[in-house]
Amino acid sequence: MNNFIDDFRNSEIARKMGSMLSSYRGRPVTIMEVCGTHTMAIFRYGIRALLPDGIRLISGPGCPVCVTPSYYVHAAVTLSQRDDVIITTFGDMMRIPATAGDGSRGESLLSRKAQGNDIRIVYSPLDSLKIAAENPGKKVVFLSVGFETTVPVIALSVLKANEAGLDNFSVLSANKTVPEALKVLSVDSEIGVDGYLYPGHVSAIIGTGFYDEIAERYGIPGIVAGFEPLDVMHAIISLASNINNKKIVVENQYCRVVTREGNPVALEKMNEVFEARDAVWRGIGCIPGSGLQVRDKYSKHDAWKVFDLRQEAGNEPKGCLCGEVLKGKRTPKDCGLFGKACTPENPVGSCMVSSEGTCAAYYKYGGI
Amino acid sequence: MPDIITLAHGSGGKLTHNLINDIFARHLANDILKQGDDAARFDLPGGRTAFTTDSFVISPVFFRGGDIGKLAVCGTVNDLAASGASPLYLTCGFIIEEGLPLDELERIAASMGHTAKECGVKIVAGDTKVVQKGAADKLFINTSGIGVIASGIEVSGSYAKPGDRVIVTGNIGDHGCTILLEREGLDISSDIQSDCAPLNSMLEEVFSITSDIHVLRDPTRGGLATTLNEIAVQSGVGIQLYENQIPVRDEVRGICELLGMDPLYMANEGKMIVIAPEGPADRILEILRKNRYGMNSRIIGEVVKAPAGRVVMKTVTGGNRVVDMLVGDQLPRIC
Repeated sequence: MNNFIDDFRNSEIARKMGSMLSSYRGRPVTIMEVCGTHTMAIFRYGIRALLPDGIRLISGPGCPVCVTPSYYVHAAVTLSQRDDVIITTFGDMMRIPATAGDGSRGESLLSRKAQGNDIRIVYSPLDSLKIAAENPGKKVVFLSVGFETTVPVIALSVLKANEAGLDNFSVLSANKTVPEALKVLSVDSEIGVDGYLYPGHVSAIIGTGFYDEIAERYGIPGIVAGFEPLDVMHAIISLASNINNKKIVVENQYCRVVTREGNPVALEKMNEVFEARDAVWRGIGCIPGSGLQVRDKYSKHDAWKVFDLRQEAGNEPKGCLCGEVLKGKRTPKDCGLFGKACTPENPVGSCMVSSEGTCAAYYKYGGI
Repeated sequence: MPDIITLAHGSGGKLTHNLINDIFARHLANDILKQGDDAARFDLPGGRTAFTTDSFVISPVFFRGGDIGKLAVCGTVNDLAASGASPLYLTCGFIIEEGLPLDELERIAASMGHTAKECGVKIVAGDTKVVQKGAADKLFINTSGIGVIASGIEVSGSYAKPGDRVIVTGNIGDHGCTILLEREGLDISSDIQSDCAPLNSMLEEVFSITSDIHVLRDPTRGGLATTLNEIAVQSGVGIQLYENQIPVRDEVRGICELLGMDPLYMANEGKMIVIAPEGPADRILEILRKNRYGMNSRIIGEVVKAPAGRVVMKTVTGGNRVVDMLVGDQLPRIC
């Protein structure tokens, strides 16, 4: 693993690629990096600073925390206040404030934890099973957010809970899948994407077949890229060149990990436990077939059903442009709250909460 | 005596005395502690005095490379050393949760005694309180320390000047990474251990060849990035870092990659940031590298005029990025 890190961070090659990027003289192109991990890598390695005027990078909706609707956060905060519930979650979810009825900032899981509710950060959903086994008198609810990269292991934890008879374990799913969202973005003329930088890790699960459909149906080329600086720079150079040459193809630059078929074992687990449903993406709205719900067969592990919770659209925070930012239509700097009322210490919108959120990335690494 | 701490150990009665005699006096004994009065009395050598305090609440109390006792001594000794002082005397206060096994307390006291000896400091006063189960997490330790500053030594976080070199005394992130792995019970096998170490004698060696040092600070909580930001703000200067010069162990880098953490923000307990003019920087580096705690010392950047109050890092791609302070805790990300 370390060799992979070093090889793809080679300083000398990186500098050469940096000057190739800077000397781009083609027509102006707009490239969307779909995934939050790419957004982070682009900032972390200072790649944005190397881009010429002709290449515009916009950040897509690929940060799972950012697209999680406010009603979900509200449901999680409400559940956390029950004495019979232990919430388990990835760390990113802790700081998002729920939105109160009047659009003002509500409570977050972090503030509920400080007030004594049992909320535990886990590194893998499978850790929740141990907690469920140790606390038979409690109901353990895992906050299930994330894309195809995360879903297979969540599915695995449901299957294991089912096998072990851990009926006190359930997941509150707000999981989403990338393909349907891409279709919506592709037909939005206001965004005007010329090419997609596809996420390497999602592609490792779902394969690259779907991206061909995007290229064929919508005429938008793309490239699957890893997350090291050389990966990202090489991908941007290749994609910009393909756009210029009207080469509508999907290239797989991350072939050390990604295959056309993806990971059939992971997909099988995912499909065993989850089925597609319509899903609300924060700031974007409802996209048919873009979410995942637990199949009826496993309903005793579906927290929405176990606790009879409603999924209904709630309020978005006043003045927050997260929706526009998530679609790549505006940048964080266009938002009146950015850096003032909304900072990583006191986030208003979800894009400021997750370290992979576009606003957080702009705030943390921008400013020069 | 039962083999766990009970509330009776904190009552001030016989059990308290037994605890003091059997454990603390045995491992921490010195002529001043033996006075046995309400306060320690001693003379300080002339010159300016440095005085500091720190509390230690780490979980787990034993970890690879150290324990809360060693940490409590090193932490305060290093804070004194970072003020340019030679540490002399420490006090320690224990807040113990009932139920703590006595043998664990004894191991911790022994570790404190051993570390104090290595540092050349005396623990001259102490206090023990026992609280009910749940009111503390096993054991909290506070240490305060006093030391003297030799004439000619003037260091402060506000003295960094453009042109100065920024040195770090070895690999960053080892402590933070070790604690993370142990606390979370993550199933990752690795050889990393905490870098917890007293740095006073290493810095005294440096001061023996030059007192031309502007800033010393140990990058503990918040890591290298947060500490450098503090210095940049305090001194009203910019700090330019070179990513490819910052020493990070491969394991630490790998674990951070996996968990979505950044070594720049991971805690260190045995490292020092040394900021000094270009002139003596190479000689300082040479001295540091001869010490067992500074073998991997490197110049990782320099102090610049602008942008004042900010830390900017030249990345491996040749691009620049702002390195901000840590906000809240580093939280593991989703994907």
